[in-house]
Amino acid sequence: MTKSNPLSKLLNETADLFLFFLRFFRELTHGRMEWTEWINQCFYIGNRSLVLVSITGFIIGLVITIQSHPSMAAFGAESWLPSVVSVSLVREIVPVITALICAGKIGSGIGAEIGSMKVTEQIDAMEVSGTNPYKYLVVTRVLAAMFMVPLLVVISDTIGLYGAYLGVNMKQAVSFSLYTHQIFMKLTYSDVVPSIVKSFFFGFAIGLIGCFKGFNTRNGTQGVGAAANSAVVMATFVVFIIDLVAAQIADIFSIT
Amino acid sequence: MMAEKTTYNDVVIDVRDLCKAFGENHVLQDFSMQLHKGENVVVLGRSGSGKSVFIKCIIGLLEADSGSIAVLGKEVMDLDQHLLDQLRVDVGFLFQSNALYDSMTVRENLEFPLRRHMSGISSVDRDERVMRALTDVGLAFTVDMLPEELSGGMKKRVALARALILQPKIILYDEPTTGLDPITAREINELILQVQKLYNTSSIIISHDMNCVRQTANRVVLLIDGKCYAEGSPDILEKSNDPFVHAFFD
Repeated sequence: MTKSNPLSKLLNETADLFLFFLRFFRELTHGRMEWTEWINQCFYIGNRSLVLVSITGFIIGLVITIQSHPSMAAFGAESWLPSVVSVSLVREIVPVITALICAGKIGSGIGAEIGSMKVTEQIDAMEVSGTNPYKYLVVTRVLAAMFMVPLLVVISDTIGLYGAYLGVNMKQAVSFSLYTHQIFMKLTYSDVVPSIVKSFFFGFAIGLIGCFKGFNTRNGTQGVGAAANSAVVMATFVVFIIDLVAAQIADIFSIT
Repeated sequence: MMAEKTTYNDVVIDVRDLCKAFGENHVLQDFSMQLHKGENVVVLGRSGSGKSVFIKCIIGLLEADSGSIAVLGKEVMDLDQHLLDQLRVDVGFLFQSNALYDSMTVRENLEFPLRRHMSGISSVDRDERVMRALTDVGLAFTVDMLPEELSGGMKKRVALARALILQPKIILYDEPTTGLDPITAREINELILQVQKLYNTSSIIISHDMNCVRQTANRVVLLIDGKCYAEGSPDILEKSNDPFVHAFFD
């Protein structure tokens, strides 16, 4: 048996992922949408990640503020702390951290669930029952992730800004109204909109990769673990690639 | 209870010169067989001989490389997805691993094909069908249980109830007794015969369990090296002097 070359393996996997991506669009635009399953998946995805994303958002807001304070104070720019922290949280830190958490929680969950359905022939059973498994399992999950990740980012942004408020108040007394005034003086649509738009792509990538890995599960239950694991690794990597591309696009269109 | 000796006329499945390969592994090579109305045919063969591949080709889960498969007069390989889904209403499939949806209750598992193929029926009719299918396999009390709460034999019965819910004309059994204790396996074999009478079905049963063959088969097809090596009633094959055939029945 010939040992497969890692480069050809990578290229084959990329080609398979691209074909899976094309099939997603074909299934999305043909036939009846499984709305009930989509709502169920929105609930599972949102519910599964909400607590973790909220706590993480709060801690990040708090920690970033505490760590930024000495540098800002050294330049006598303490009053700029809420504005600087809010922009960095909303534009970059919260969307990326939320996407990474979702890659772990949602990506692995979808990969393991579909992988387990694959090895126990549940996907075949679905097909025999007259249900298109791509439509029922893939389209619903990808759209649910695409819809819920931006929502989780908005929630995490809000909680992160509360965390930052607490951090600011640990060093100096600032009223909540002054704090929010300072934030909204600096935060603009060009900070918020690109962040939400890239979160849609994060959600899409996480959902698609989770489904792709699940659908291509091999080697029984051992393969289910491998599918979940590689879904997380690949989704994490793709999140960073999307973030890089989004930063370049924002730069080209001067949304900075 | 044993399978009755009957004469058959109408062909419900006609497979001719079927070939299927996975890379260099030629699993089926010019395999041909017929299933007649009301008949139980057991396809016997060693593990990995392509028995499951064969029935997955019949239902369109796998695409054959060449040959023809006619099910109830329709050429499976020529059907588009919509027509294939319509044909699948008449063909029940019992998976080796049962393939029950583990996040759904028994009721939801049975309702799943009904919601797809008979979306117009009322919830009362749907409930009635679910309860009747479960009663026929002796498990009406499990209706609100999850698959994880059921034993191996119970899962097999529920999976059979799901295969029966659309009242198919043909049932394909993929190793129905594998992994079951001899008593439960015997009960499943009896259930196969009971279902054949109750629903007037024709069946292809994939197995390498000789008790299953003796109990359920009207006819046996021996699949060796991707080809039909021998064919006949269990009684005739059991008396065969051919070493390969003899090895199975010994």
